[in-house]
Amino acid sequence: MKQTLKKTGHDKADRQMNDVFLQFTAKLVFLIVIMFSFNLFFAGHYTPGGGFVGGLLAAAALILLLIAYDKKTLQRMVPIDFRLIITSGLTFAVGLPTLSFLFGTPFFTHQHTHIEIPVFGDVALHSAVLFDLGVFLTVAATALLIIVLVGEAEN
Amino acid sequence: MTTFLDIIIIISIIILAFAMLGMIYRMVKGPSLHDKVVALDALGILLMAMIALMAMTLRTTYLLVVILLIGILAYIATIAFAKYLEKGVIFENDRHDND
Repeated sequence: MKQTLKKTGHDKADRQMNDVFLQFTAKLVFLIVIMFSFNLFFAGHYTPGGGFVGGLLAAAALILLLIAYDKKTLQRMVPIDFRLIITSGLTFAVGLPTLSFLFGTPFFTHQHTHIEIPVFGDVALHSAVLFDLGVFLTVAATALLIIVLVGEAEN
Repeated sequence: MTTFLDIIIIISIIILAFAMLGMIYRMVKGPSLHDKVVALDALGILLMAMIALMAMTLRTTYLLVVILLIGILAYIATIAFAKYLEKGVIFENDRHDND
């Protein structure tokens, strides 16, 4: 609208333009999207979902914030260097299958067990979740870095 | 076993497919960029409707996640296109700096 107003000669309208609706909605929708992303992440292995889709959706949620605000604000909201996230994700994704050598089992052999938790009852634990967490972190950070690199302002 | 509902669903899928063809025509041909963006958004919504009908045909609930995913991605894509059309830039470095 700013450019449309400029074309019609309303230069003074510049100062009044702001994105109240977009910024307020982005904060709400960000929570919903990031929650759905973690839901997809934990739903994997038996139902549709998993680390890859969850990571892509987490990156999409951060991109929504990046569109509504700017880079500086996102850096203040999420004070993490995303290259470190890639590194830690790759460490998870590579280190966990390698750990199975220590137990004398073939590469990528996963362990699972059931434990009793007072409130939740019988909970299944699986070591594939840690591998998927690595995939999640790597995909989220990589997608975010690529999209920001492609779409940032040239100045 | 084919019920009346199955026939209706198949007819609806065919109608949606023709509507999608129209949207793709508008996306390729559209006179201005705005027409293309609106057609892309509508194509996403038609895709969601088609997947919902497909989930009814297959009698599964696994596809509902896909519908929500496409909805979120189409929403973000529409916002990004709208900002690009108005401002000419998608990601700003500092919002209060350049104007």
